[in-house]
Order: sequence, then structure tokens, then C-alpha cells
Amino acid sequence: MAKNSTTKLISTLKPVLNTLVALSISLVFFALFLLIIGASPKEVFTYMIEGSVGNWFSIQNTLLMMAPLMLVAFCTVLPAKLGMVVIGGEGALVVGGLASAVTGIALADASYALTMSGMFLSAFLAGGIWIGFVGLLKYYKGANETIVSLLMNYIAIALLNHLVEGSLRDPQSLNKPSTYHIGESKMMGDIAGTDVHYGVIIGLFFILFTYFIYHFTTFGFSVRITGGNKKAARLVGLSLGKIILITCFLAGGISGLAGMVEVTAIHGRANASLIAGFGYTGILVSFLSRHNPIAVLPVTFLFGALAASNGLIQRRCELPDATMVVLQGIIFVTIIGWEGFSGKMALQSFKKLKFNLYGSKLLADTFSNYRRSYKS
Amino acid sequence: MDQNFWLILLAIIGGAIRVSTPFLFVSLGECITEKSGRINLGHEGSMIMGAMVGYGVSLFTGSAWLGILAAGCIGSLFGLFHGWICGKKGVNDIAMGIALIMLGTGLAFFFGKSLIKPTAPRLDDFSLAWWSSVPQITQAFRINWLFILGIILAVVLHYGFKYSRWGMIVRVAGENEEAGLALGYNVNKIRTISSALGTFLSGIGGAYLSLYYPGSWNEGLSSGQGLMAVALVIFARWKPMQCFVASLLFGGAGALGPALQGAGFSYGYYLFNATPYILTLIIIITSSSKKESGVAPAELEI
Repeated sequence: MAKNSTTKLISTLKPVLNTLVALSISLVFFALFLLIIGASPKEVFTYMIEGSVGNWFSIQNTLLMMAPLMLVAFCTVLPAKLGMVVIGGEGALVVGGLASAVTGIALADASYALTMSGMFLSAFLAGGIWIGFVGLLKYYKGANETIVSLLMNYIAIALLNHLVEGSLRDPQSLNKPSTYHIGESKMMGDIAGTDVHYGVIIGLFFILFTYFIYHFTTFGFSVRITGGNKKAARLVGLSLGKIILITCFLAGGISGLAGMVEVTAIHGRANASLIAGFGYTGILVSFLSRHNPIAVLPVTFLFGALAASNGLIQRRCELPDATMVVLQGIIFVTIIGWEGFSGKMALQSFKKLKFNLYGSKLLADTFSNYRRSYKS
Repeated sequence: MDQNFWLILLAIIGGAIRVSTPFLFVSLGECITEKSGRINLGHEGSMIMGAMVGYGVSLFTGSAWLGILAAGCIGSLFGLFHGWICGKKGVNDIAMGIALIMLGTGLAFFFGKSLIKPTAPRLDDFSLAWWSSVPQITQAFRINWLFILGIILAVVLHYGFKYSRWGMIVRVAGENEEAGLALGYNVNKIRTISSALGTFLSGIGGAYLSLYYPGSWNEGLSSGQGLMAVALVIFARWKPMQCFVASLLFGGAGALGPALQGAGFSYGYYLFNATPYILTLIIIITSSSKKESGVAPAELEI
């Protein structure tokens, strides 16, 4: 029993360790980049820590940056459990945000609780149907989910632009066409005593929720069977279509909530600010956390921290805002690319170890032979 | 109304010619990559890098063509890296593509900060409409050499894939990895070279953006043309000649909105922008079937 839990611990820790190694390598690369452009890595890293976790204000900032990422990452995390690569988070976020803004405006006279739950549900439904459609095409037509979801992103963006320029436009929004404001009284508030809105709580909830679903329910079990072997899943009578549809609906729904959080907690209206690339960062968050809901938390924390310290680094180190994009790019490329080396490296070092053992045995043998011959 | 119609048509033709070139280069690049059996979603990254480097080199050397060459070279570095690293076991090519978009965008914005203000020499163009003296017509038919080069490239690739030795090798790598290995080819090497060639082209596509149309370097230059490459190639059914048609169509569809707006129809501007995506989606839906897809390279998991 004890041995079993140790192996389990090792198999959980191994990917974590692997990612940490890759992360450190990427930070070395970034430090090299900073040296090349003539900046001081020490200074940048100091401000990075100060700007992300250095004080209460920075920590809150980091948490705020995490909220949309935490939710939108699920668009890729959940379908990945079935072996599907869905990259439609951006689109689901946009339609979710749009739906919640429309609901918010429509329910302008309703009570706070009703409006809030209306916005929540509509965003979830909109995102869910959006990605559910991807699953539908995958199951019934065998259409590639990656490409379909990518196209759906563009269609969502066009839809948003069309509606905020047309029928939903607030005539007072001149520079940045937007829908009407949902009303200050209907905004999602902050957690008592902080400046952090409830989006973080929603994100945390869904992290725990999906973890629970996938590890402790029959549905989660059938998803894991399906992800492991589709034939086996069919053989035991699982309905593949149902599993794909529910997974995609859930994935889209949760990422739709990212749009709702953006609208109700930050902008108050739907406009082009929703198209901030969260969806694409979410894909990478999902890959970095190896599609594990719990791991989404530390990974989004990392990227929240980077985003939060961006301003400070820009001001103090006089570096352009693209510096952080470079860092993100380096981190992503290194961690995803590291996958190709970690296994091999381990194997090589193992071989080397074996060789060393063999070598030392040879040495010892020779030595003892020598001694023997010397003795005789 | 009649005159409006002609104006709209002209604007669409002009728009299609102007806008389609980057689409053409990117889609041909992705076509080569996908023919070899791998998806590179990172053309957006190599494209933006190409746009920035092309503009910079053109500015410092005074030659737009040197800029184009440099853009292709910097682009091919991205493809080389993508091809090399995705050949390792456990590296997901889609995730790596997106990661490279981020890296390329970051690097281009970082080093491109100083290039926003100065004006670099642009690519020359000429008008195909020698038969007309109407300014709207000559304007609509203004084309530059990259457009012509792209068409030639499409033709060369079309016959190259069909009849040439290297074309066959690339197709073998894309259709059946084992067969390629059995013939003694290094499939990973073929894919890496194909990826590098592919991003060479998307780098040039990016340089077209900064050196010809819209014709300056700024951070909002590329609007997802690189990401669209994958859709374009599906739309073109992995055929280089059809990549040209698809690019014209995408360019024309993109020009439809502004053209209608110019003629006084402002409704649905953004919806018209979405037509290429909706068209591609319809094509995917109608052409996919649960059995063998047939046209797509078999090693490609599409």
C-alpha cells in the first residue's frame, strides 16, 4: 500500500518537476535575451516578483489577471481528455461576453440576483452551444475540431463586431463601438475587503468542479475510458456522441463565463476589448498544465503574475510592453518543446548511468584481477 | 445602381488583388508544410517577424527586395525550429505553432518599436490596365511583382508536387511515414525542410504587408492572415493552384465589406468580413465524412 502511494506520488511529481525544469530553462533564455538587449536580468526579475507578489496590491492584481485565463483554459482542457484539440476559447469567450451583455441590458429593470444569474446562464449557454457545435460536427461529420474551432473564433469576432456596430450599439460609444452599459448597479462586485472580483472564485469553483467530475463520477470515468481507448469505450456500451457533446458543451460554457466575467466585472459592456487574446493564451495554459484542471491554477497564477508585473517592468526598466510577450513566448516554446527532450534526456542519463555502473564494475574487476595476479 | 454595381465590382477586384497576395504566400507555405504531413499553426508568427524584418532591412538598405529576402530568411528560421522540434516525440505541433505565434509577435513588436515612425522604400507596382485611362480601373488593376511571383510559385508547386522527384518525396512523407522510411528517406528531415520552406513564404507574405499594402510597419498590421493559412489550405483541398483561387476569393470577400460601404451600403460590413471563414466552415462540413477523407495527406490528423 505504502509502496503504491509512493509510485503514485512519483508519477504525479514527475511532470511537475519536468515543467519546473523547463520553466527554469526558459527563464535562463529570457535572461540571455535581456543581456543581449542590454537590460539587467536581475533588475527585471526583481521587479517581476515585486509587481506580482511583492505586496497586497500586486497580489490582487495577479489574481485579477488570472480570472479570465482560468476559465477560458477549460475550452482546451476538457476536450483534451477525449484526445481532441479544441482551440475555440477566444470565440466562446466572445459569444459568452456578448450574450451576458445582451441579457444584462434586457434585464435592466430586474433585480440584481435575477440579472446576475441571467447573465451567468446566458454566457454559459452561448459558449456551450458555440463549442458544442464543434463537438457535434466532430461526432456526426468527423470534421476536424481544431480547424472548426479556429474558424468559429473568427465568426464569433465578426458577429461581435457586427452587433456592436449595428443593432446593439450604444450611440454614445464613439471611438470604441460598444453595447449599452449593463448598469453600474449590476456589476459583479469585489470580494469583501479586496479589489478582486468574484471571477476568481468562479474560476476556482470550476477547477474544483471539473476535478471532482473527472475523478469521482461515472461520467468522468467514462470520459477517461473514452480518452484512453475509443474502441474499448464503444465495447462497454458508452455513448461516444453523448460524451463528446457534453464535454464540448461544458468546455465552451466555462469559457463563455470568462466573457461574462470580463463584461460584468470589468468593462460593463461588450466591445472589442473582449478580443484580447485570452483564448489563445488559454490554449497554452491548458497544454502547460497537461490538461489537468488542478494544474491550471498554478499555471494561470504564473501568467497572471507576468501580466500583473508588466506595468512595473515597463516603467522601471524602461522596456517596451512587448517584453512580456517575448517572455511568454519563450516560456511556451521552451515548455512545449521540452517535452521532446525530457523523455530522451532521462533515457540517455539512464543509459549513461548504466554505462557508468558497467564501467565501474569493469574497473573494479580489473582492479581485483590485478590484485589477484599481484598476490599470486 | 448600374454605376454602383461596376464600382463595387472594381473595388472587389482591386481589393482581391491587393489583399490576396499575403494569403497566397501563406497558404502556399502551409500547403508545402501540410503536404509533408505536419500542421504549422505558427505562420502568423513568422509572418509578423517577416513584416518587421522586411521593413527594417528595406529601411536600412534602401532596397525593398532585400527586405523581402531577409523576411523570407527570418521566417524560415521559425519553420526550421518548428519542424525540428516537432519531430521529437511528445511535442504537439499545434501547441508549438501557437507558442511560436506568441514568440514571433513578441519579438517583432519588441524590435519593431523603432520602425513605427520612419518610412521605408516600398515595393514598386504597375498597372495591368494599359487599355484603360479611367483612373478607377487602372488603380484597381495595380499589381506588384510579388503577386506575379506568387502565381508562378503556385504553378511551379502544382507541377512540382505532381511530377518532380522532391515533390514525390514530400508527398510520400505526408501520405505514409512508413513508406518514406522504407524508401530510405529521413521523414523528419523532409518535414523540417518543408516547414522551413513554408515559413520562408509566409515571411515574404508578411513583408508584403509592411512593404506594399497597407505599406507601413505597425503592431496591428497582420489581422490573422497567418492563422487563416490552415483554413485556406483546407479550402484549397491541398492543391497549390487552388490556393491561388482561394486567396483571391478570400481577398475578394474581405474587400466586399469595404466596397459595399464605399457604395453606401454599410449594413453587414463585418458579416461580409466573416464570409471566408463561413465558406471554409461549410466546405469542411460538406467534405468531411466519418470515413477516409481522401484528399488530405493521410499523415495529417485532419
